[in-house]
Amino acid sequence: MIARFFIALGAPLVAFVHYLGELVLLAADTFRSVFTHRLRWRLFLQQIVEIGLLSQVVVIVTGGFTGAVFAAQTYFQFNKIGMGSATGAVVAVAICRELAPVLSALMVSGRVGAAMSAEIGTMKVTEQIDALRALAVYPVDYLVVPRVLAMMISMPLLTAECIGFGIIASYLVAIVFLDINGTYYVANMVQWTRMRDLIMGVSKAFVFGILIVFISCHKGLTTREGAVGVGRATTEAVVISSLAVLISNFFLTMALNIVYPAGYQ
Amino acid sequence: MIAVRDLRKAIGEQEILRGVELEVAVGETLVIIGRSGGGKSVLLKHLIGLMQPDAGEIWVSGKSIIGMSERQLTAIRQKVGILFQSGALFDSMTVEDNIAFPLREAGMRDGKAMRARVNEVLEVVELEGENAKMPESLSGGMRKRVGLARAIIRQPSCVLYDEPTSGLDPVVSDSINRLIRRLQERFQMTSVVVTHDMKSAVHVGDRIAYLHEGRVYFQGTPAKLKQCDDPIIQDFLLGRSESATH
Ligand SMILES: Nc1ncnc2c1ncn2[C@@H]1O[C@H](COP(=O)(O)OP(=O)(O)O)[C@@H](O)[C@H]1O
Ligand SMILES: [Mg+2]
Repeated sequence: MIARFFIALGAPLVAFVHYLGELVLLAADTFRSVFTHRLRWRLFLQQIVEIGLLSQVVVIVTGGFTGAVFAAQTYFQFNKIGMGSATGAVVAVAICRELAPVLSALMVSGRVGAAMSAEIGTMKVTEQIDALRALAVYPVDYLVVPRVLAMMISMPLLTAECIGFGIIASYLVAIVFLDINGTYYVANMVQWTRMRDLIMGVSKAFVFGILIVFISCHKGLTTREGAVGVGRATTEAVVISSLAVLISNFFLTMALNIVYPAGYQ
Repeated sequence: MIAVRDLRKAIGEQEILRGVELEVAVGETLVIIGRSGGGKSVLLKHLIGLMQPDAGEIWVSGKSIIGMSERQLTAIRQKVGILFQSGALFDSMTVEDNIAFPLREAGMRDGKAMRARVNEVLEVVELEGENAKMPESLSGGMRKRVGLARAIIRQPSCVLYDEPTSGLDPVVSDSINRLIRRLQERFQMTSVVVTHDMKSAVHVGDRIAYLHEGRVYFQGTPAKLKQCDDPIIQDFLLGRSESATH
């Protein structure tokens, strides 16, 4: 009975540790390749377009409407205690530190992570990965490295963009719908928002990008069993990436708060 | 060129290779025949390290490739080309880009020379003018020939062909057979051809190996194969599904 319980507990645990190990090995392999092998610039730029450029609309819309709704909700509460003009500060700090990095990462994992695992997974099940290997091309060099580098660059920039549009939208909502004085709004925001808030958000985004890209590429590379397998790999890539983003966000907040403490000092 | 010793491989519960012994001399064409699902493709993939065996040895041009890392294997793979059973073309690239891929990866930058070279091999596989098509708009036979063009463009010293003529019409099949012969005669290319087309086997093969139940059941010249009166081989040659021995 007790043995059965531990066996039932043990198998998923072993599988989980095994999975983490595979991710770490893939990451190690990728970084080795980045430093020892020539970068394929054309593929890298293609991925910059695919990940960075084409994700902008999604991220801008996400940032904009989140900023807008968050400004409205904050105002409704704060106005009751006569602190309506503090809305700008609250919104800006929250967007920088939490909302923009997490929401951008979730959107990117849905858009880009899914595409990556589907594309690489299809290549796997149609023997195209074997064809790469047979033609003396190491799949990590060709497929993973350009995606990882493009993601490391794109994700922080996308998040910065998300922050920017979130703040602009909150400002517009504040002065148009909430009749907060625009000058106060900006003054409060500037007073309470620090460079370190921005840095924290962008650093988080960098970590999220790395999580998403390795989880998705790994799911693609380990795809099996045809079209069904590709579908499964894609779903799993998005689900695992999203959970990884949300869970790691908590720990990142706790850790980064030591380096970039919140609040006015 | 290639030597295989006691190669064993099981996938899951299924024992696919159970002690394959094989030797391919430089410049020779060895044909591997056998029932569908008998492990011919699996054997071929082992020869360039795409699959790792459970036990046994594989020597390619004097080096043991077992336990080599993926990076070390690239040196072997530059010398040995493979035509996949499915063609395995890169479906996001045109025919031309597929065929030029090995050249590009080898560092060739001169677009004009590359193009000329691509057209040359396209002519060899009788697909002139199909440069701009995408793989999905090709028939199965055409894909296979593009795969073949991609496998030979860097002029490897050895090519592994996985069913090069299956799914092709008799005329194109014949021209592929001639091509394999020609590559052998002109460039002393070593070839391993997997097929279950007996006509093609007899045409291109210097030697024929019959893979049966995970082992090489018979090995010898085409003439010897035909004379062989072993019932299992006779069944295969004559295409009988009901064995005379049963
Ligand atoms: N990647 C794989 N996973 C599981 N089983 C496989 C795999 N590749 C081949 N097999 C099995 O190995 C056996 C031999 O396959 P294969 O070598 O493709 O046969 P053939 O001689 O027709 O080329 C088949 O039973 C097939 O189901
Ligand atoms: Mg086969």
